[in-house]
Amino acid sequence: MGEGRVNRPTEAPDLLIRLEELVPMPTREELVARAETLYRDLELSAVQEWKARAPGRKAIGHMPVYVPREIVHAAGMLPVGVMGGGDQVEIIRGDAYFQSYICQIPRSTLELGLSGRLDALDGMLFPAICDVIRNLSGMWQLLFAGRYAFYVDLPQSGDLRLSADFYERELRRLAAELGALSGHPVADDALRHSIALYDENGAAVRELDLFRSKEPAKAPAHEAYLIMRAANLLPVDEHTQLVRDYLRAARASERPPLDQSRVVVTGAFCEQPPLELLRTLERAGCYIVADDFLLGTRAIDGPVGANGADPFSALARAYVERGVCTASRYDPARRKGQWLIDTVRARQAEGVVFCAPSFCDPALLEQPMLVAALDRDGIPHTAFKYSENLGQFQVIREQAGTFADTIRLWGPEASA
Amino acid sequence: MTDPQASIAHSTPTDARPAVQKDESMVRQKEMLAAHFARLAAAPVSGEKVVYTFVPGNLTELLLSFGVVPNLPEINALQSGMRRLSGDFIAEAEKAGHSEDVCTYVKCDLGMMRKGNVGPTGNPIPPPDLLLLSYTGCFTFLKWFELLREEYGCPVAMLHVPYQSDGVITSDMRAYVVRQLKEQVIPALERLTGRPYDEDALAHRLALSAAAEEDLVAVLESARSRPSPIDAYFGGVYYLGPIFSAFRGTEDGLAYYRCLRSEVEARAARREGPITPEGAVAKERYRLIVEGPPNWTSFREFWKMFSDEGAVVVASTYSKVGGLYDTGFRHDPGRPLESLADYCLGCYTNLSLPARIGLLERYVRDYGADGFLINSVKSCNSFSAGQLLILRELERRTGLAGGFIESDLVDPRYFSAANIKNRLESYFQMVDQKRRHGASREEARP
Ligand code: SF4
Ligand code: SF4
Repeated sequence: MGEGRVNRPTEAPDLLIRLEELVPMPTREELVARAETLYRDLELSAVQEWKARAPGRKAIGHMPVYVPREIVHAAGMLPVGVMGGGDQVEIIRGDAYFQSYICQIPRSTLELGLSGRLDALDGMLFPAICDVIRNLSGMWQLLFAGRYAFYVDLPQSGDLRLSADFYERELRRLAAELGALSGHPVADDALRHSIALYDENGAAVRELDLFRSKEPAKAPAHEAYLIMRAANLLPVDEHTQLVRDYLRAARASERPPLDQSRVVVTGAFCEQPPLELLRTLERAGCYIVADDFLLGTRAIDGPVGANGADPFSALARAYVERGVCTASRYDPARRKGQWLIDTVRARQAEGVVFCAPSFCDPALLEQPMLVAALDRDGIPHTAFKYSENLGQFQVIREQAGTFADTIRLWGPEASA
Repeated sequence: MTDPQASIAHSTPTDARPAVQKDESMVRQKEMLAAHFARLAAAPVSGEKVVYTFVPGNLTELLLSFGVVPNLPEINALQSGMRRLSGDFIAEAEKAGHSEDVCTYVKCDLGMMRKGNVGPTGNPIPPPDLLLLSYTGCFTFLKWFELLREEYGCPVAMLHVPYQSDGVITSDMRAYVVRQLKEQVIPALERLTGRPYDEDALAHRLALSAAAEEDLVAVLESARSRPSPIDAYFGGVYYLGPIFSAFRGTEDGLAYYRCLRSEVEARAARREGPITPEGAVAKERYRLIVEGPPNWTSFREFWKMFSDEGAVVVASTYSKVGGLYDTGFRHDPGRPLESLADYCLGCYTNLSLPARIGLLERYVRDYGADGFLINSVKSCNSFSAGQLLILRELERRTGLAGGFIESDLVDPRYFSAANIKNRLESYFQMVDQKRRHGASREEARP
């Protein structure tokens, strides 16, 4: 489906932009193809290239769901999202470290590390999201001795003030260590600048997220996913540009809406579903109008906004006060699942697909509470599990197809 | 995560198995626990407030200083496992939509609640007036109490205990926990009970705890003798029952540990092995270190697989989930809240993986072990994720034989007796081989 080339807007008067008008903008296909190349870049060649462009550059990997990438950036390093090996890695060594009843992402991540595919990384961050990632941080210390590893202990206190104070100290500790590693101590101004760049990126990502919800035919979920996922490897400003370019291209495209059911997908915040699973849901008649894939790209609702403020404190408070709800975070709210209901309403979704990795304790323990909340509000739902290396989609396709048909025909009265 | 209620003396009248030797400590523990569960059951009438909380990072002394009654859902779950009730409870929870993949303690508890919340002893367990979410060493705790909050609609006091990722407790970590105690947990208890915080009452209880901890450590360390007078895993869960649950900081708890210590010291003086449900271990053939929780649904059968072979567990990590006392920590009446913070921060599952391996390595050396064994339970990511690396690393560091078996805590579907027995037999053969190899190397030395 060729969509024609899109030129950059002409309203900006400066010379640079006018010159750019003469250069054809990449097409949507090209942008998506680039993002897909990055998706398949398990050797981290993009990171190697980035490092090679200037001597002494360093890159720091991080696991899902969320880490303060701003701090890594402010220390002059490239934050690199490591989301396991997906369906592209044969597990040879990783299985020797994890029992069969542990999810897939730690074993494929270890596989990547042990096979040298993460050698471009000068360190790894492990956010406090579950016991598996927590213990993986210790395994990393032993298996990759000499390489930097840091466990980002995210605050879980029920009190916002206490949480923010704790997290601010954690951020300062991380900044001090990363500054020492890179040789660029994290100055307040540098951090403010990094926060501003990530705020811009967050705004672009949220715009894309909203756009694909409004016009899912023009920005199908698997494309939006690839574009967002490119944040794992690209420097932040490049990624922001990629998102903007894609948005322009997608807006200009002419894909008529299909008669598909609008669904919210939840539970996939850590181990990522294979790309084919997203395509399968779409082919089965679902428009994914909201999801929690790659939550780290939009983990804070709105900009951090550090202008004129203490940037560490601003970052800590933003996460604590406006961090999005997810199963790995203690939810002090009395109304469990309200965020999901609000998302369903705001995105005019007709149902919810619970899509969690097998053996994912946080997602699977959360699910019955969310189900109860949806039931109270009469919102239809269905559920299945996956692993990142799933290869068979027939059963899911049938289940999702039936669900999509049912909610289209019966609306909210449909039940899973 | 231990068993305060059951004791080795708990053979049912219809039980055809051999009568079990009952030491005074066993009888005492049984009475203490029966009284506790009766008090819990009577709370709706007596007006005492009931606070649910978890074993790792429990704040028993603080709760008792406010006069509330603690209830520990993990204990109820393991009790249900021992009494073969857990399979039905888990099925009930799965029927209600809980995944087969998640921790079975949670499902056992939720299933029990759905079936009327009658506890394993037959006493009803009253609903909580407060959920004290001491989030120490396990993320599942957080989800567990969110689930209970949904069911009961009662308040939650959250205590976030930072993880010892670098193997140390920093002053920042301690200060954060203390601040939460002062600004969150204590005010929640004051609101619940209408009583002001009484630091003297807390300090008094902490002094009782410290004295009991001294005796407990003497009991655990008695396993350095040959033969060991105790089994520090299977027997250990009984010894730890009172201190891991409602009896830390009580006169009863102190008296129990005094009594237990004198019994164990007497056994050691007589050079007697540990008591098991089948009688005393006559000859100690293997001294083992065990990592990971036990299986509860076939606990006695599991233990017998060891004792039949003369295998005695001389140290275990599971017996440290409710507090790590043998590395020197004691509750300290001189710094009440700080020492509660240190206690929470120091529980075994809050240690980094390298620190866990370091502890196990120390046990292997200090207790003169012939080998070590990991019981990996499906339920518990906190324990299990990384255990295969623990195995490799310990083998490398100690040169001893490491064994690996898999089961579950309270889901009977995951205890395959034949499989485990086979693995254990091969493991014991491996230990023998290593020993012979070691002995011939010794002989070959000039
Ligand atoms: S998939 Fe779930 S259990 Fe596995 S590492 Fe991620 S959050 Fe943890
Ligand atoms: S996951 Fe492990 S530590 Fe956590 S509640 Fe379950 S058994 Fe206990």
